[in-house]
Amino acid sequence: MLGAVAATPSLTPRRPSRRAAAVTLATGLLATLALAPSSVPAGVGPLVAVAANLTTAAEAIARAFEADTGIAPRLSFGSSGNLARLVMRGAPYELFLSADEDFPRRLQAAGHTLDEGVRYATGALALYLPPGSPVAPPPVSGDSGAAITTALTHPGLRRLAMANPEHAPYGRAARETLEHLKLWRALENRLVLGENVAQSARFALTGDVQAALLPLALALAPELSGGRHVDVPGHWHAPLHQRMVLLKGAGAAARRFHDYMLGPVARAILARHGYGLPPARD
Amino acid sequence: MDFDALALSLRLAACTALVLLPVGIATARLLAWSRFRGRGLLEAALTVPLVLPPTVLGYYLLSGFDAAAPPARLWHALTGGSLSFSFAGLLLASVIANLPFAVLPMQRAFEGIARNVREAAWCSGLSAWRTLLAIELPLAWPGVLSAMVLTFAHTMGEFGVVLMVGGNIPEETRTLSIAIYDRTQAFDDRAAGIMSAVLLGFSFAVVWSVYLLDARTRGRHG
Repeated sequence: MLGAVAATPSLTPRRPSRRAAAVTLATGLLATLALAPSSVPAGVGPLVAVAANLTTAAEAIARAFEADTGIAPRLSFGSSGNLARLVMRGAPYELFLSADEDFPRRLQAAGHTLDEGVRYATGALALYLPPGSPVAPPPVSGDSGAAITTALTHPGLRRLAMANPEHAPYGRAARETLEHLKLWRALENRLVLGENVAQSARFALTGDVQAALLPLALALAPELSGGRHVDVPGHWHAPLHQRMVLLKGAGAAARRFHDYMLGPVARAILARHGYGLPPARD
Repeated sequence: MDFDALALSLRLAACTALVLLPVGIATARLLAWSRFRGRGLLEAALTVPLVLPPTVLGYYLLSGFDAAAPPARLWHALTGGSLSFSFAGLLLASVIANLPFAVLPMQRAFEGIARNVREAAWCSGLSAWRTLLAIELPLAWPGVLSAMVLTFAHTMGEFGVVLMVGGNIPEETRTLSIAIYDRTQAFDDRAAGIMSAVLLGFSFAVVWSVYLLDARTRGRHG
């Protein structure tokens, strides 16, 4: 019987074989990787949930903050609705920069915040026309409303990108704008909905989208500079007041970044990205 | 290049493969050699993550990770931590998603061991442990190694489940694939491009090594 075992060719070597060595080596490598200390050092930067309209502005502010304090905030971008839902589920964020005031208030009502938060900026919506878009109106001065209506009713408009109005405040404003123009029904089946505004901005650059309703801050981003944008009149939608709120568990670094957001450096960066500002605090 | 994300992905992949090594061997042997009621059901249940949309798995894991749900309460009672947004939760999700990648290659390998070889081992008075270590594993090693390599690689590339239960938190749940998505949305195409190239090269090397492994085995056994 043992002969059967010995006759199997791959069983013959009794010494530690190459294959045993391979398996041992692989297991050892895995164990080393698995047990390697996590790369998170003590006292890392605050964990900040950031509405996607701030993608470019918040990264600039975080860089300035790091240059001033040596602390690098860790930013997670998403739609305000999704970020708020993550906080509700217990995500360990310390500060939430929302694209509206409603989600911070809901978090406060649910007991996830330290206080009622503070307004740090007021956003604006823009109609972005990617390079080569057939619906781009001739440059007009003055009446941006007429230019927008012209573009949105142009027969060449087959795809219009915007953020999902269900959980992105700028998507909500885009929907209100289309409803204000009585175009929502006509355009509803031509919409490409991004999960958040940054994704909508990506969609706008695919070449298959002729127009996009985006935050002015993203329309001004260098990556989108090949196209044109027209400001959407502010009274076509509810104002885009943006509030931030410190969350339960916020550390000292998160509080510093919170205060920095209201300071002159951050305000200058926000203004440069097209945001309106609340009155300066002392 | 987000090195924290790379380190996190490597750690998650290694932990997943290590957890699934004993689990996979035990399950694969059971499925390869035992006939019992519900065997087909068990096989189907283990394979289903292969065809399930990650969102379905993500949805059920999210429900299970909810702080009020029994699995999350049990975990909290044992460790004091939470499953949502934590490495532990990500590892659990990853283990479940990778079950078929670990079990199926091992099962094929154990099925390939002739019954008379095992019978010979028993007749020689080898204990079950000795049989496993001295007879079965040396014969099944290419399948076991393939399973670990595939599990490792698949975890490196997992996206949907991680996105749903992890939530893109730097250094905790932002794996390399999530970091690529994150950078793409931030218009940081350079970083996304570098990380994508790393994952592409890595995945190709892995699949290639599995083929090499397979070819060597075939060359030797038949």
